[in-house]
Amino acid sequence: MEESMVKTMERNLDGRELLASTLVWSAAALMTATFCWLLGDIIWHALNHITWTFLTAPPRNAGREGGIGPILISTALILGVCLGVSIPIGLGTAVLLAEFTTDDSLFGRLTRRSLDVLSGVPSIVFGLFGNAFFCKTLGLGFSILSGGLTLACMVLPILIRSTEEGFRAVPTGYRLSAAALGLSRTTTLVHLLLPAAVPGLLVGLVLGVGRAIAETAALIFTSGYVDRTPESLLDSGRALSIHIFDLSMNVPGGDANAYASALVLVVLLLAINGTASWLAEHWLHRRIITA
Amino acid sequence: MVLIVAFLVMEALPVLRHVGITRFFTDPSWHPAEGFYNLTPMLWGTLFAMVGSVLIATPLGILSAVFCRYYAPPAVARPYRKLIEILAGIPSVVYGFWGLVVLVPLIGAIHPPGPSLLAGIVILTIMILPTIALMADASLTNMPQQYVRGAAALGLSRWATIRGVVFPATKSGLFTGVILGTGRAIGETMAILMVCGNVVQTPDSLFSPIRTLTANIALEMAYALGDHRAALFVSGLVLMGMITTLVAAADWISHGRIHG
Repeated sequence: MEESMVKTMERNLDGRELLASTLVWSAAALMTATFCWLLGDIIWHALNHITWTFLTAPPRNAGREGGIGPILISTALILGVCLGVSIPIGLGTAVLLAEFTTDDSLFGRLTRRSLDVLSGVPSIVFGLFGNAFFCKTLGLGFSILSGGLTLACMVLPILIRSTEEGFRAVPTGYRLSAAALGLSRTTTLVHLLLPAAVPGLLVGLVLGVGRAIAETAALIFTSGYVDRTPESLLDSGRALSIHIFDLSMNVPGGDANAYASALVLVVLLLAINGTASWLAEHWLHRRIITA
Repeated sequence: MVLIVAFLVMEALPVLRHVGITRFFTDPSWHPAEGFYNLTPMLWGTLFAMVGSVLIATPLGILSAVFCRYYAPPAVARPYRKLIEILAGIPSVVYGFWGLVVLVPLIGAIHPPGPSLLAGIVILTIMILPTIALMADASLTNMPQQYVRGAAALGLSRWATIRGVVFPATKSGLFTGVILGTGRAIGETMAILMVCGNVVQTPDSLFSPIRTLTANIALEMAYALGDHRAALFVSGLVLMGMITTLVAAADWISHGRIHG
């Protein structure tokens, strides 16, 4: 009697164990399958299309033919503006947060909290804000400049937080010895802490660039749609992700080029993310989650 | 941050003042040109798509983290984790594009029309899965190893260890991951816009097209003027409010009552 009960229990346990294993393995298999399907599909359709001319030629016939040359240039310009603005501001704020405020001061906590909220805000809301502030209030119109500035707002939270981490990773001993040597705060910062925190800054930068390059929603109302090569920063320019969006939604028959552009974008991003994780592993000795 | 909220409020204020908040929920329909501003169908669209995708992605994401840490042989686990990281980095337009050319026709073949709530849920699931899986993986990694060894010493089976020891111990980390994923699901614009059909209606089945708050902003911002434009800023404010609540919840869970 008792023996049979134990047997039943064991069988139940075995059954559950088996069920759990099956579930776990199939979840993993499902993810892998989806992944292969997605990437395989894109690579399969795009591979014949990517040539040097595709990368340099201007789009013709609303993007159905021709290449993505001007679009790559606009993307690069937008990124440039975004980085040019966000690096100094981000670095400054991170220094302020990590070195000049204590952990539990009201200012530090408030800033940190709002940065956390900001990094979760939907990109379309940034787009709205950029449209209202940069395009209308500052009168920049639909231009690469407003697009880049909007992206800078989006990238800043990531940049600041990871630079701050970089500063925090610098051992307190460095600061104490600098103080003991009678170095001023600025000297300590420039010659000691900054070089030590560069890895954190770089990782944040690369993550930020990844986010910026993938961004579509925030750019539609700020940098515009025009697919010519931009002549100045105040010209409207079309980013790569918007190009894909436009080709697939508004241009019937644009699929082939959309596939090719998607592959270019994915490859760019993979390169960027690869750099980020390489940097993180070699310099920070700490895993950083790309969320 | 203050600047952004200030601007949203400023742009939204005129319509809030002379239309009133309640009308955003009680108006008969969304026809901004005629002065009807009912956000409810889009709110429902956002909610359904979000809840659906989070419900599917949570167990899958957590299971895949468990797979990575406890079931997979090391030779499989490493490339698998890399794969999820890559998946997390793919931009949303690419997901949307793939959904549009592959998923939508597929669903359309089963039950026309193709662009639907279901397509949105599937795409969102694929998008937030890596986020949840990576967060779950990180919190599993951070769990003290003694717990698992203790369970092994007690002779607990693998699944019993995971269910009885690992899950309770990493509860807060898992929750944070799910909340982050939820945030991403709410904020997603482009992918949803491309696969959901964008008809303003409260969805009555999985196969009916929907429009979400974010997609609404993206679609109508280009030509919106006056009160219409302000109404879009109101939806922006609503989104911002949702995200703030989520972040606060995440904060409360990870630092507050439930300690992991």
